Amino acid sequence: MKFEGTSSYIATEDLKVAVNAAITLERPIIVKGEPGTGKTMLAHEVAKSLDAEIITWHIKSTTKAQQGLYEYDAVTRLRDSQLGDEKVKDIKNYISKGKLWNAFESDKRPVLLIDEIDKADIEFPNDLLLELDKMEFFVYETGETIKAQNRPIVIITSNNEKELPDAFLRRCFFHYIKFPDPNTMEEIVEVHYPDIKKDLIQEAFKIFYDIREVPGIKKKPSTSELIDWLKLLMTDDVDAKILREKDPKKLIPPLHGALLKNEQDVHLFERLAFISRRENENVE
Amino acid sequence: MFINFFFDLKQASLPVSLKEYLMLMEAMNKRVVDSFNVNDFYYLSRSALVKDERYLDKFDRVFGHSFKGLENPQGETTKEIPEEWLKLLGQKYLTDEEKKMIESLGGWDKLMETLKQRLEEQKKRHQGGSKWIGTGGTSPFGAYGYNPEGIRIGQKEGKNKKAVKVWDKREFSNLDGDVELGTRNIKIALRRLRKFAREGAETELDLDNTIKSTAHKGYIDVKMMPERRNKIKVLLFFDVGGSMDAHVKICEELFSAARTEFKHMEYFYYHNCLYDAVWKDNNRRYNDNIKTWDVLHTYPSDYKVIFVGDAEMSPYEITYPGGSVEFWNEESGETWLTRMLNVYENAIWLNPIPERYWDRIASTSIIKQIFSDRMFPLTIEGIDQAMRELNK
Repeated sequence: MKFEGTSSYIATEDLKVAVNAAITLERPIIVKGEPGTGKTMLAHEVAKSLDAEIITWHIKSTTKAQQGLYEYDAVTRLRDSQLGDEKVKDIKNYISKGKLWNAFESDKRPVLLIDEIDKADIEFPNDLLLELDKMEFFVYETGETIKAQNRPIVIITSNNEKELPDAFLRRCFFHYIKFPDPNTMEEIVEVHYPDIKKDLIQEAFKIFYDIREVPGIKKKPSTSELIDWLKLLMTDDVDAKILREKDPKKLIPPLHGALLKNEQDVHLFERLAFISRRENENVE
Repeated sequence: MFINFFFDLKQASLPVSLKEYLMLMEAMNKRVVDSFNVNDFYYLSRSALVKDERYLDKFDRVFGHSFKGLENPQGETTKEIPEEWLKLLGQKYLTDEEKKMIESLGGWDKLMETLKQRLEEQKKRHQGGSKWIGTGGTSPFGAYGYNPEGIRIGQKEGKNKKAVKVWDKREFSNLDGDVELGTRNIKIALRRLRKFAREGAETELDLDNTIKSTAHKGYIDVKMMPERRNKIKVLLFFDVGGSMDAHVKICEELFSAARTEFKHMEYFYYHNCLYDAVWKDNNRRYNDNIKTWDVLHTYPSDYKVIFVGDAEMSPYEITYPGGSVEFWNEESGETWLTRMLNVYENAIWLNPIPERYWDRIASTSIIKQIFSDRMFPLTIEGIDQAMRELNK
């Protein structure tokens, strides 16, 4: 089993090594990086390339570790016992399986994506330590031990909102997806829009990386935003010439709403455009 | 060889453990990467040993150091840099005056010749110093130097891509925050400060109420209630600059821990003592400051207030109007602190200076008095006590 990237996902060499190490050693891999660099996508693509089932577990601030294992629905059982339902005699009817259980049961080695683990409570990763290490857990209600038939490939993403405990980190591989350089970015765009005009790409890239360099910008546009923006440019059939426009009056790029996501940034950008316009006029 | 590398990492205070080392060995053993070249080993060891992007730069440096001279046999490092390219680069980076200066030094060709000579003499990568080609030095050759007539032998992309080792690129250099992984202890200490309340969506079974209601109605009547949540609200005030520079690290740790631990937290900066304005961004403290009155009016009195500062200053800075070292303050620092304490019942001062020195510093004693002895040392133990105090 080896991950080599797919036709729709450009994986850099270091990412491939990290993912393959995690697959071979059957250990979880933690993927961090700026928002929009394809952390979640990675899991889907790994599943696609290995032809494995993907099981996603999205973490929210209210998610508890136990929910990933199983939940015992005591309330329904209590109600059923009142109504004299036959189901009530077997406790198994009231245990609903969690994502981890599903992953452990799978016949073929699945990919388990634990998305945005940093959203949960600070103790959440610790509560999953043993389960992810041994790939087994105990169901108290029925007294059975659930053991993984095939150790799933566990991919964990984090946005760095909380620090993860050391004990947890020690058991995982780690990869930081850095922001793609223009060459890699070109490959990525190529994968998404194979028939995009070359000159359009060039001009769009220039603007995109320029915006990322603007000092003090609150939210830097990311890969996924670039992709969206290019799509808009293509549907509107914007000509590369317009992007090349050096007329200071039109310094704000067309359809900038796809790149700049809050009003302060738009405002900042407009102000900078205004300043550069004034400077140009002074020169003239 | 690998053991040494591991100890080098340890020495550079990277948080690596034996478990991770064994993991790396296992990966090597299982042939995770087929062709064993240094690059793949670099990727593999980075993925296994580094668990936080802050340490990537440090790791790159140690790796470069430990495996110096260990290169791909095919990938010869290019010692010959095409002259044309150097000229182009030089023209790109040098201004006209600088070019003239080169003329005065014997002209472009002479400079080129010397450079070539040095390149031949020098076999290794070099850093610092004033003769060899490398980085950060004052020799006319190399990158990041200060010599105005210097030639930047930049590691320009594409031109000599093979020569540059991946770890030598140090792409992660700006992520090294140098904050030790000490925040977890602080977080645990901060946890003492909790006030649980039930608010929001009803997601939990309220057993007592269910039993009561069931008995009352004669059939099962399930009652739910919202989950218990920490509802504590905190205002943090950090002293910055001057004598506080020595304590930046611990303050950063406290800040990062507090930010994740408290959902409702606001922070402000001040210098030495609280006066009529505070600020949120140290770069724009003179333009974008916030009136202390606004703070007092914005945040209700159920906020808990934490001051962080060394309280080390001239006593006049606290007790007299106009005592501030930076500007003319109409009202004394004491007045402002008292105002703050009048609004916020729960307030404490965390002091990074060890407790045994407090009595010897006049200003510290005064502030301690203003805070009615609620000053605690900025240690895990001290934070622990402080949080108990705030909970009262």
